Amino acid sequence: MIIAVASGKGGTGKTTVATNLALSLADQAPLFLDCDVEEPNAALFLKPELIHQEEVGIPIPEVDFDRCTYCGRCAAVCVWHAIAIVGRKVLIFPELCHGCGSCTLNCPEGAIHEVLHVMGRLESGRAGSIAFGHGILNVGEAMAVPIIRQLKATHMAGAAHSVAILDAPPGTSCPVVETMRGADFVLLVTEPTPFGLHDLRLAVQVARDELRLPVGVVVNRDGVGDAGVDDYCAAEGLPTLMRIPLDRRIAEAISGGEALVEALPEYRPQFRQLYKRIAQEVAR
Amino acid sequence: MKQLVILSGKGGTGKTSVAAALAHLASREMPIVLADADVDAANLELVLEPTRLEEHVFMGGQVAVIAPERCQLCGRCDQVCRFEAILPGEDTYRVDPLACEGCASCVYQCPEEAIRVEEQQAGLWFRSDTRFGPLFHAHLFAGQENSGRLVTMVKQQGRLLALDEGRELLIVDGPPGIGCPVISAIAGADLALLVTEPTVSGVHDLERILGTVHHFRVPALVLINKADLNPAQAAGIEAWCRAQGIELVGRLPYDQIVTEAMVQGQPVTAYQPEGAMAMTLREVWAEVQKRLGGTP
Repeated sequence: MIIAVASGKGGTGKTTVATNLALSLADQAPLFLDCDVEEPNAALFLKPELIHQEEVGIPIPEVDFDRCTYCGRCAAVCVWHAIAIVGRKVLIFPELCHGCGSCTLNCPEGAIHEVLHVMGRLESGRAGSIAFGHGILNVGEAMAVPIIRQLKATHMAGAAHSVAILDAPPGTSCPVVETMRGADFVLLVTEPTPFGLHDLRLAVQVARDELRLPVGVVVNRDGVGDAGVDDYCAAEGLPTLMRIPLDRRIAEAISGGEALVEALPEYRPQFRQLYKRIAQEVAR
Repeated sequence: MKQLVILSGKGGTGKTSVAAALAHLASREMPIVLADADVDAANLELVLEPTRLEEHVFMGGQVAVIAPERCQLCGRCDQVCRFEAILPGEDTYRVDPLACEGCASCVYQCPEEAIRVEEQQAGLWFRSDTRFGPLFHAHLFAGQENSGRLVTMVKQQGRLLALDEGRELLIVDGPPGIGCPVISAIAGADLALLVTEPTVSGVHDLERILGTVHHFRVPALVLINKADLNPAQAAGIEAWCRAQGIELVGRLPYDQIVTEAMVQGQPVTAYQPEGAMAMTLREVWAEVQKRLGGTP
């Protein structure tokens, strides 16, 4: 089962829920992928031993000038304007290229081949019985999606794990969709505040309405704010699968890099219960 | 006209609450414009009680569309698509619009000329009025690309109005992360205020957002939120800022008053003007103003 943990709003506790769910399911040897490649933080809590590293990016065109006739076909088909022909020069702008390969396919002379433009790296290893992987976007690079795509492709091709937990980035745009695609369930972590509610609505639009995936809610910092989130979940028929109270002890433990279920072991059965409830929701 | 951008790397550190408070404080001294650059999850309006004046369509990228009556099921589109956006069907191939990047590679390769690309509406942007000044904000539709372009649009509109009306400051509430919308939010800024928290994630993400801001040569100040949550981590951030030569402009307490203010739809500086939180934010504003005045 593939569970994506997302939120819309940042800082609601996605990584806390995702990492502690993984730690509580250690007996199932889960796969954990941190798909927040702009700010990957799960490793700070799972503390994996990283043994494998690989540079990733997108294939960008390179021109073989012995064959190029400067016909301009490559520039004409590139919707990103990542190639320009100026006189007898071919200019390539890697930061605009999406790596679609259309220029390569359209060059009548077969004068384009592709080389890797590095945008970040993948690292993987183990944290106890948890198989761990994350992607790291290089500072100054704009596109997170290719890193997420390759992270998932690298680890999920064999599908040897009974449980995979994907920690999504905040927001609702393409990196979030790339993380959720192919998931069996989306767990939305929110906080009962006006900001939390506003962004939960948007996350529900992505996961349930656009991707048509089953969703459930974890209310974090329960007790702060107002009743808006509960009212909304009731009205929309969204199951609230777990509540984590507003508790300074939790915030302090997490601030130091401690996992919640290790600092406060009474939460371990609650995360196991959360997994059971997710399985029930998926089976429905 | 100066441009201040508020960023954090990590989400949920308090960017929007700080932006709203600075908007409140700044507007008492000078005419300002506000831009919410978190177009995925725009929250600034929730504490500014805006009146919406204009709504505009934002055309995002394009997506491929296959004409079913022409499709001969040869599968060439599926072969050339690198984004897993082509879905096989019984009578025709189809396009998954959320996966399609609009590269048009399939359009050129289809032997039946059955595929075209269509412009897509990817969101909306708005001009609103608030008690602190005009607000430009947007809503990127669920799962859309081009958030960076929409951020640029929102900021440009804000800039134009500021220049037009002689407004002195544009405050940009940035998105989390370090990728495309963040880069668009940083562009043209005179100063970045980085809001962090004394947690392992906050520190890790602060380093990455500072690297990003430096990459684009924008000077930065750091503000620690929830500073008393973990005094050791907070001291670590202070030492790190000193080593980097970055000025630390304040420490906000871990206090639910910000959430109380949010529930009331108010910046904390207006909700409880004499509290510790508001006092520190006034000092932060004074520092920010000093730095903005000093940048050429």
